[in-house]
Amino acid sequence: MALGGRYLQGGLGGHPPHDGQRMKKVLTLPTALETSPDFARIGVRKKPFPKADPFFRGLTASCAVLVPLLIAAIFSELLHYSLPAFKKFGLSFLISQEWNPVTGQFGAASSIFGTLVSTFIAMIIAVPLSLAIALFLVELAPPKLSRAVGTMIELLAAIPSIIYGMWGLFVFAPLMARYVQPVLGHYLGVLPLFQGPPLGIGMLTAGIILAVMILPFISAVTRDVFQLVPPVVKESAFGLGATTWEVTFKVTIPYGLVGIIGACFLGLGRALGETMAVTFVIGNSHRISASLFAPGNSIASALANEFTEATEPLYISSLIALGLILFVITWTVQVISQILLRRMYRAWSVGL
Amino acid sequence: MKTRPPWGRKLLNLSVCLWAGISASLGLVALFWIITTVVIKGFRAFDFHFFTALPTPPGVPGGGVANAILGTAVLTALATLAAVPIGMLAGIFLGEFGQDAKIADFSRFAANVLMGMPSIIIGVFAYGLLVVPMGSFSGYAGAFALAVIMLPVVSRTTEDMVRLVPNTLRESALALGAPRWRVTLGIVFRAAKSGLLTGVLLAVARVSGETAPLLFIALNSPYWLTSLAKPTPNLTVTIFDYAMSPYADWQQKAWGASLLITLGILAVTVMTRWTLREKKS
Repeated sequence: MALGGRYLQGGLGGHPPHDGQRMKKVLTLPTALETSPDFARIGVRKKPFPKADPFFRGLTASCAVLVPLLIAAIFSELLHYSLPAFKKFGLSFLISQEWNPVTGQFGAASSIFGTLVSTFIAMIIAVPLSLAIALFLVELAPPKLSRAVGTMIELLAAIPSIIYGMWGLFVFAPLMARYVQPVLGHYLGVLPLFQGPPLGIGMLTAGIILAVMILPFISAVTRDVFQLVPPVVKESAFGLGATTWEVTFKVTIPYGLVGIIGACFLGLGRALGETMAVTFVIGNSHRISASLFAPGNSIASALANEFTEATEPLYISSLIALGLILFVITWTVQVISQILLRRMYRAWSVGL
Repeated sequence: MKTRPPWGRKLLNLSVCLWAGISASLGLVALFWIITTVVIKGFRAFDFHFFTALPTPPGVPGGGVANAILGTAVLTALATLAAVPIGMLAGIFLGEFGQDAKIADFSRFAANVLMGMPSIIIGVFAYGLLVVPMGSFSGYAGAFALAVIMLPVVSRTTEDMVRLVPNTLRESALALGAPRWRVTLGIVFRAAKSGLLTGVLLAVARVSGETAPLLFIALNSPYWLTSLAKPTPNLTVTIFDYAMSPYADWQQKAWGASLLITLGILAVTVMTRWTLREKKS
C-alpha cells in the first residue's frame, strides 16, 4: 500500500485518481479542441453512474460495521433473557451451588467452578507443551520437517469438537479409568485431588482433552512470535556461547513475552468456551468436588445438555444467564489477547 | 580466569531439546490416534444404507443417516449464502477502503473477538433471536447461527487475500478510467479468486463440523427434511444423540457419521492450506 501511495504522490500529486475525468485532464495535451465550447461534450464523457462509488463504499462499510454490532446484539440479547433469573436470585446466582429444576432453584457456582478448573488443567498441560513445540519447530527441526510437523499440529485445530468428544468418551476415558487414574490414586491418593473411584470421565479427562484442543492455537501463535524475533538478537546470544535453551529462555521468550501471553490468552478463550468435547467427558453433575476424578460440569456443557430439556421460563432464563457469564468471561479474555497480540505486531512492524 | 565446565548447561540444553521433540511427537500422536480411531471405527458403519436410508430405531438393521447428510448440506449451504456476500463486502472495506480508518480497526478487532466466541453462545443468541419469537426449533435459526460463525472468518480471509493483490494492478485499472467498485469486483477479485475460494472453503469446513449451536436450535429429526421452519436433521447432532445412546448399532452409526465429517473437513483443510501457502510464498 505504502509503495503505491508514494508512487502516486510523485506522479499525479495527492490522492490516487478516482475517475477518468481527472486522469484525462492530467494526460491530455492542450489542443485547439480544448478551447472550443464543444470540449465539455466531446472530450470529457460523463460517468455513467456517478453515485456508484460512494454507494459501494457505503455498502462495504455497513457490512464491516455489522460485525461489532453483532457482538453488541449478542450481549444485549443475553442480558435481556437472563434478567428474570438475576431478578429472582440476585447476585447469589453467582455463588449458589444449588441447581434444581424441580424446585426451581438455580445457581451458577458449580458450572463456573467446573469451567475454571477444566480450563486451568488444560492450560497447565497445554502451555509448556505448546512452547516446547514452538521451540522445536523454530530452532531445532530442519525446515522441511518443521513445515510438515507444523501443518500437522495445526490440523488438530481443524478436527471438529464433537470428534474429540467421541474419541474422549469411547477411547480416552476408558484408558484413564483403567490405567491413569488408578496409578494417580495409588501414588498421590493422599491429596484430595486424586481421590475417588476411577470413573474415567470427569474434570481431569476433560482438562486433558481440552489441552489437546487448544495446543494448536497456542503453538501456532508462539511459533510466529519466535520467528519474528530478529535473527541478529538471537545470533549475538549464540555468538557469546549460549546454548539453544539459554537463547530461548533469556532472549527469545523475554523479547516475545507479550505475544506469548497473548497466545496463551487466545488458548484460554478457546478452552473456556469449548462445548462438545467437554460435554462428552465431564460427567455432567452440578456438584463441586475437590477430586479431579469426580464428574463435574462446565457452563458450556450445562447449556448443551439442558437447553432442550428446559421448559420453565425461569429455567431457560437461568441457562441464558449462564451463557451471559460465559460471554463476559470469554469476551474479556479475547479482548486482552487481541490487545496484547496487536501491541506486539505493531511494535515489531517498526523494527528493532 | 577461571572457567566453569559447561556440562550442567549442556545437559539442561539437551533435556530441553529432548522435551521439545517429545512434545512435538505427542501432538502428532494425538492427531494420528484420533484420526485412526475414527477411520477404523467409522469405516465399519459404511454401507449402502448408511448413505441412502432414513434412521431406524435401535436394533433394526438397514438404517442410515441420509436425511442428516442432506440436512447438514442444506444448513451449511444456506449459511454460506448468507455469510459469504456480507463477509466479503466487509473484507473489501477492511482491505481496500479503510486501511487506516478507525471503523475498520474496530471492525477488525471485533471480527477477531467474534471468531474466538464460543459457538454455543452464538447458539443461545440465535435461540433468543429466532427460536423464541418463531415458537419452534428451526433450520432457519440453525443456518443463521452458522452464518454468524462464518462471517468473521470470511471477512478476515477476504481482507488478507485482497491485500495480497499488488497495487499496480489497481492503479492500471484506475488509470483506464474504471471506477473503484469495478476495480475491486472486476480486477482485484479476479486476481484474488483462488485465495478467496479457499477462504470460503475453510469457513465452510469449520462450520460444517459445528454441533453446539445446532443442538438446541435446529435440533434433529429422524425424517426427511420437509421444511426449514421445523426441526432439521443434521449430522453433528445425530452424532451426539447416537453416541450418547446406549445402543451399540447407533453408536456405530455415530462413528460412521464422525468419519464422514472428519474426512470432509480434513480434506478441505489440507487442500486449502496447500493453496494458501502457494499463494503466500
